[in-house]
Amino acid sequence: MTNREQFRPEDHPNDHFLLTTVVGSYKKPKWLDRARDRFEDEDADFGEAEFAEAKDDAARLITEEHERAGLDVVVDGEMRRNEMVEYFAHLIEGYEFNGRVKVWGHNYFDKPSVVDDVAYGEEWLVDEYEFTSSVASRPVKVPITGPYTLANWTFNEAYEDDEALAYDLAELVNTEIERLVDAGARYIQIDEPALATTPDDHAIVGECLERIVAEIPDDVRIGVHVCYGDYSRIYPEVLDYPVDEVDLELTNGDYEQIDVFTDPEFTLDLALGVVDNHTAEVESVAQIKENILQGLKVVPPERLTISPDCGLKLLPREVAYGKMENMVRAARVIRSCVTNFGSAGEHWRFGPRRQSSVSWEQKELRTTV
Amino acid sequence: MTEVVSTTPGLYPLPEWAKDELAGMKGRQKGGLVSGSESEAVAAAYERAREEVLGLQTEAGLDLPVEGQLRWDDMLAHPLAVSDAVDTRGIVRYYDNNNFYREPVVTDDLTATGDVAAELAAAEEFVDDGLNAVLPGPWTLADLASDEHYGDEAAFLDAIAAFLAAEIEQFPDVETLFLLEPSLLESPPGDGPDERASEAIDTVADAADADVVAHTYWESHGGDGNIDEKVYAHLLDADIEAVGFDFVANHEDTAYVVGEYGCTDDVALGVVNGKNTRVESPEEITDRVEWALSNTPGTDFETVYATVNAPTFYLPSTTFEEKLAALGSIARTEVTA
Repeated sequence: MTNREQFRPEDHPNDHFLLTTVVGSYKKPKWLDRARDRFEDEDADFGEAEFAEAKDDAARLITEEHERAGLDVVVDGEMRRNEMVEYFAHLIEGYEFNGRVKVWGHNYFDKPSVVDDVAYGEEWLVDEYEFTSSVASRPVKVPITGPYTLANWTFNEAYEDDEALAYDLAELVNTEIERLVDAGARYIQIDEPALATTPDDHAIVGECLERIVAEIPDDVRIGVHVCYGDYSRIYPEVLDYPVDEVDLELTNGDYEQIDVFTDPEFTLDLALGVVDNHTAEVESVAQIKENILQGLKVVPPERLTISPDCGLKLLPREVAYGKMENMVRAARVIRSCVTNFGSAGEHWRFGPRRQSSVSWEQKELRTTV
Repeated sequence: MTEVVSTTPGLYPLPEWAKDELAGMKGRQKGGLVSGSESEAVAAAYERAREEVLGLQTEAGLDLPVEGQLRWDDMLAHPLAVSDAVDTRGIVRYYDNNNFYREPVVTDDLTATGDVAAELAAAEEFVDDGLNAVLPGPWTLADLASDEHYGDEAAFLDAIAAFLAAEIEQFPDVETLFLLEPSLLESPPGDGPDERASEAIDTVADAADADVVAHTYWESHGGDGNIDEKVYAHLLDADIEAVGFDFVANHEDTAYVVGEYGCTDDVALGVVNGKNTRVESPEEITDRVEWALSNTPGTDFETVYATVNAPTFYLPSTTFEEKLAALGSIARTEVTA
């Protein structure tokens, strides 16, 4: 049994379990943004306790929104995090902030500087996990920004190079995962979008992951998320990563890169982006089914996880919700139509379970499900 | 006697107030970015910001100020982004960075817009002496853009060079022109294109009634090599006064190339790190200039531009201002090669 079976719902009706989840971030309710503004306004009568309550409320609301969409594994939409690097840099010792820098147009990011050796500092995510799992009835995944991205999207003033900084940060991520596992977490996703910007550093990311997973039990599922890059520059090297699953954005590029992963054979589980987080139109169930079939070119259904391309935080909430809901519907249709033939994973075909062993081609499935 | 002149390659970060004010007026999506026909309110905000960064340079004691290129939402692709012959399409990654710009796609004959000339004219009234004008070099601008009109790479590069030359002909009097050429390191031209890249720079430089510096550097976060030797040898054939080098990314190999192949009469030394918040002291900057001069045997430069290795939009405003102040305070006369 692989460690993904623990996430299969008890009432799951099919043999094949296409695990549905999300990458992590989600649009914050406007009232949470207003609460943060008031918290940061010294003149407002809105302190730590009030802001903490607002964050709890938002985390509960968005966790339930994920459950309502029907996802097998949920998150809290990262309601407590302001940004994927800033959030952690505020908690880790050795960082300081000097102000905003441009990402594009008038979008800025409070890029931190590492000015001293990094150390664990304040608690990162255990409280977040414990709260989310206390309000969730489904298993909870914990996304963590990976050490390579934490190092790369930082001004490095203190270390010889970003590689040395990334390895020190990897030790801290390992510490955090140990704490999360002690608290009950069983599904961890390491977010490494910076790998797409500097793909030649894939071996550094691999070394970071070795440090991250050291002494983490096998029943803890570890994924790595990479997005918006030329995957041919990191494949097949990523197959050597000590993880269970690689999570990729592919809808945005209309699956032009899917063939990259067919040769050599994809030996890990694939978490496939099937909805685009940069378009405000909700994809139809039919369209998402087509996208899922792209993933089945790479791995059999029992090794396929269904997810959006990336975090949904830039989309209006109703659009994000619509995408999740249609994604779950499409996954349910596909898994009810996938039938196993022969030995495990080697010969799988599509078709209603009552069908005979006549194999159906993917092309036919497109017109029948 | 070598004269040391402090200057920067421009593309400054917006002052803090301008980040918020302009985001408020232009929005945060790609549709609101600079098109060349901004509203009066947006233009007025940029004017105030321009005056502020020119004042900062005077205060810092920089010898050769730049306009600041604060309107360049698309970084070095800006001159094309404001052209009617160009469609600005999706957001694409800017070199190997966590930065993005609108992909400029050339769809018609390129003609001068006068956009950069107007910026320089507006800057002139705030400076006493000369200005340092900044443009992308032709190889870099062609590399950042896509062509749906000219048909092949050589014709496209020629068209880009002619376009930049036509823009320069509209410039007011400037002291120097920095042509920023990161793509000579990032996407180095191979056999054939290397000669054409040099000829394209020639075309652009010929149009300028100013000292021309072809500044080569790493724009990517992780770039750490030096300019390819053959590309450099061709670059020296161009009719330019100076080549600029990134002495932050890899000072030893860069010094070797300069020593091995010789150099132009003047040189620009990128000795301040425009992509890291650690602020160098004036003494450290002076030391780096001296190191570069004493490790490039056979050179005897007339003018040395002490500068930042890369554009400074990567920096927070406060750090940027500290770096300007340090660069403006370096020793000008103590340099001994």
